[in-house]
Amino acid sequence: MFLINCPYCGERDQQEFKAGGEAHIERPKQPTELSDDEWAEYLFMRKNIKGVQFERWNHAHGCRKWFNMVRDTSNDEIKAIYKMGEKPPTQ
Amino acid sequence: MTKNLRVKSSEYIDETNRISFKFNGKTYHGFKGDTLASALLANDVHLVGRSFKYHRPRGIMTSGSEEPSAIVQVNPGTNRTEPNVRATEVEIYEGLEASSQNCWPSVEFDIGGINNFLSPFFPAGFYYKTFMWPASFWEKYEFFIRHSAGLGKSPTSSDPDIYDHRNIHCDVLVVGAGISGIMAAKNAAKNNFKTLLVEEKNELGGSTIYENNEFNKIDNKAPSEWLKKEIEELKNIKNLEIKTRTSVAAYHQYNYLLARENLTDHLEAKDKTNKIRQRLLKIRAKKVILATGALERPLIFNNNDRPGIMLSSAIKKYSEFYGVACGSKNVFFTNNDSAYESAISLYNKGINVEAIIDIREQSESKIVKKVKEAGIKIYWSHSIVDTTGYKRLNSISIMKLSNDGTSVTGSKISISCDCLGVAGGWTPAVHLYTQSGSKLKFDEEKKVFLPNKDTSEQISVGSCGGDFKIDEIVKNLNQKLKDSLNIKETDLDNIKVEIDQENSKRNIWLLPSDKPLGKTKPFVDYQNDATAKDIKLALREGFRSIEHVKRYTTTGMGTDQGKLGNMHALGIIADTAGVKMGELGTTTFRPPYTPLTFGTIVGRNVGKFFDIFRRTPMNDWHVENKAEFENVGQWKRAWYYPINGETMHQAVQRESKAARESAGILDASTLGKIDIQGSDASEFLNRVYTNAWSKLAIGKCRYGLMLNEDGMVFDDGVTTRLGENHYIMTTTTGGAVNVLSKLEDYLQTEWPELDVYLTSVTDHYATASLCGPNSKKILKKIIPDLDLSDENFPHMSFKETKIGNIQCRIMRISFTGEHSYEINVQASYGKDLWEKCIEAGKEFNITPYGTETMHLLRAEKGFIIVGQDTDGTMTPIDLQMDWIVSKKKYDFIGKRSLYRSDTMREDRKQLVGLLTEDPNEVLEEGAQIVSELNQSPVEMLGHVTSSYFSPNLNKSIALAVVRGGKDMMGKKLFVPMENKNINVTVANPVFYDEKNERLNA
Ligand SMILES: [Zn+2]
Repeated sequence: MFLINCPYCGERDQQEFKAGGEAHIERPKQPTELSDDEWAEYLFMRKNIKGVQFERWNHAHGCRKWFNMVRDTSNDEIKAIYKMGEKPPTQ
Repeated sequence: MTKNLRVKSSEYIDETNRISFKFNGKTYHGFKGDTLASALLANDVHLVGRSFKYHRPRGIMTSGSEEPSAIVQVNPGTNRTEPNVRATEVEIYEGLEASSQNCWPSVEFDIGGINNFLSPFFPAGFYYKTFMWPASFWEKYEFFIRHSAGLGKSPTSSDPDIYDHRNIHCDVLVVGAGISGIMAAKNAAKNNFKTLLVEEKNELGGSTIYENNEFNKIDNKAPSEWLKKEIEELKNIKNLEIKTRTSVAAYHQYNYLLARENLTDHLEAKDKTNKIRQRLLKIRAKKVILATGALERPLIFNNNDRPGIMLSSAIKKYSEFYGVACGSKNVFFTNNDSAYESAISLYNKGINVEAIIDIREQSESKIVKKVKEAGIKIYWSHSIVDTTGYKRLNSISIMKLSNDGTSVTGSKISISCDCLGVAGGWTPAVHLYTQSGSKLKFDEEKKVFLPNKDTSEQISVGSCGGDFKIDEIVKNLNQKLKDSLNIKETDLDNIKVEIDQENSKRNIWLLPSDKPLGKTKPFVDYQNDATAKDIKLALREGFRSIEHVKRYTTTGMGTDQGKLGNMHALGIIADTAGVKMGELGTTTFRPPYTPLTFGTIVGRNVGKFFDIFRRTPMNDWHVENKAEFENVGQWKRAWYYPINGETMHQAVQRESKAARESAGILDASTLGKIDIQGSDASEFLNRVYTNAWSKLAIGKCRYGLMLNEDGMVFDDGVTTRLGENHYIMTTTTGGAVNVLSKLEDYLQTEWPELDVYLTSVTDHYATASLCGPNSKKILKKIIPDLDLSDENFPHMSFKETKIGNIQCRIMRISFTGEHSYEINVQASYGKDLWEKCIEAGKEFNITPYGTETMHLLRAEKGFIIVGQDTDGTMTPIDLQMDWIVSKKKYDFIGKRSLYRSDTMREDRKQLVGLLTEDPNEVLEEGAQIVSELNQSPVEMLGHVTSSYFSPNLNKSIALAVVRGGKDMMGKKLFVPMENKNINVTVANPVFYDEKNERLNA
């Protein structure tokens, strides 16, 4: 069970949070301009990395804020947490 | 003919407190402080169980939680019974009953024992190889296996005990209260760290607490004396919480540990009631100090599993701590000095020790000299080649061991004995360490896996960290504490330790016999009956990975997880495969370290607390009026209200008719309600719904459909504009939580520039839905001042008003197709509102109806229910709801997906109505639909999603999804059932009042 440092509330138990999949996939501003393939790329294709992964998390049973997390999926080490809209840390 | 083997009083046994208990139906006596194992041994009972596969008689091997063989059923036949309990961990109390498991009809005569004589036919993988083929025979095999095997019995009635969970946050958690754990906890707490010390036994002190060996001294005292004083001092230390009878089961990442605190298992039945039996401690520790000690290893030799063969350290503990002699003629078999300490312990208490068999050539330590002086015969360079005695050991045969340790020579010597202590060295208890994700390395010199790479804030101290001698333990513990806790001084700085312990050890994983391996039974896993022979067979058959060998031979797969024999299994694999132990890696230790009860895991979350449920403010009225309830998400919703013994069908037919003929009332409080405010609220709704919202006038309502980004229908509901920047959205009952989450997600991550605020107000309002041609008259009676004319209060509009003094919001909206009103009041007035409606409606025969009638009425109108008529693969176009999808809006969630080649296919499954040829035939929901009957295989065109007998149309109606259904209007199709084929015709899904005339009736 992770201990997650919510950027708004501080350290909380993992069971208060909900994982929201890969981060930094922006919804296209002009979907109608996209081909089926380009739209499918946005809609369906996600990475599943063994190693350092950028993820979205939500403090569902807390402040309900979404934020980003950098996590090593091989050992569950949380490397960084930052708010939505902030630049991802460079490795 | 039971003998009394209580040899000398022990301070841990209260001989004034005599306790009687039953084992296998027979009454025995022990004393307060005894475990079931020590009390049985004091009565000279060694045979306590049968092994899993061969049903070989098995005895007590250890004195702790690592016990593989002495597993018993506690309090059999009661609702407190528990299987697979280690006799070495059960503290006896007056009235305790226990019985052997895995034997039938009794432990003395076990029919499964025949497996032992058949054992040449039970090689490794036997079950996989035999019982898996032919598959149809499995049932026959299973009957035999289940009857003769199985580990214990689960209780058949509900558990009477209370269980609990507790969260603990501490600076330092110390696991294990041996000498290392006690000194670690003491120094942590003294340095102002909030410290928790947990110990699985009921006494502190570990093995040092009975360490009275004259050659070892701490500050010139016997180690036991010295440690007792230290323990006494713990009482005066602040910041320190001590929990005994508490076993850490799991060590997860981020220093999150689960421990079971045992509170009443050692008490008499009368003292157990109304107390918490076990508590699950959920511990978050900033630092973890593992002081879990080491487990003594057995030696692997032919027939090494007979009752009476025990760990040398266990014999010492039974003698020193419990004052019990495990035998009258004791022999030890060892590869190191520790058996000599056990021998001296017995000797000092006047217990007969016949001999020590040592596979080493010699040892020169003081303790060995003392044994020689005591006149105990030592056989150097000898090994045991066989043992005899079926239900109890009665002799061993030894032979001279060759220099390379792979064979035996010379003549066989037989030694008569009834107890054999084996000492194969020590295995650090690194189970919790590896559970945390930390990595081990193999120490070739010590032949042990040791902590290597810690993954969290943790240290391993004492023997679980690889220090076996007291001087090493104290020195290394001191340094580790200073480094880890960043402290300068400790109580350990000035301790003087004198010891006489030699590390000399001769390690042979599998000891040879004069017989070939195939004719011997050297057990590696005692509980699962895996022998060295089985492991070698697995390797011959091509298994290489440890995890595969383990599963194939079942080594380490028992309830004890092979705590005794795992290292030997690895050693034998390494030797046979010709690789180094370090290269093999180790098996993975998984939680729990010792088994947990289900009660502990679920804690208070049983019965009505198992899953939370929600009730509406009108719930009491529904109960008083005998409603049947159905679960909708977490809600308990009134389903139907049977009167005079009506069936569900009869009740629903009556309710449905009444709602259309006069008036009905539904508790709609469970609908999700989200308050939306902000200057961009209209724009936000434009983006999340498929239709347009900007032009909705204040005080008007509109139905909206919400899609997922993939274009599939996600939820629906009516949203009302309360003000310029203020809306109230309703969602489906089951969808409320997900809709709010999705809206929040888009607002926070995709459109943070929008000025919109969302608040869930589902629980804040109670809603009564009043419908039917007389609903207007009823509402008029309740609120005489409100102008209910169609001009002032038309369909799809909203009024904020008062019922007496109670503020209320009324929406004139309809899910039944009838003239109807949804009246919302603050939740606490819900029941009052409901009763007012019922009272006012009496003269119109107002009929309360439940969810089933609601479903029927909306089906007559062809209104969908998201989740019943849709399943995550239906677009609004598939639902023939093109009218609600705005063509003008540039974008909304899911819009682009409606133009994908796949979602634009004409032959997608589409929502249609179905009418049966026989109007009385009601289709089954979920039934498949085909267009051909005489074809095989035949394509399933779709399925029935909603089906009812309509009392208002007096015929059966159904909604269905059918491939290309839109263009099939009037086409005949078939619904094939088990015994018949039902003829149906595709119809318009709006069955009733197609022109919506009743809305303004
Ligand atoms: Zn938070």
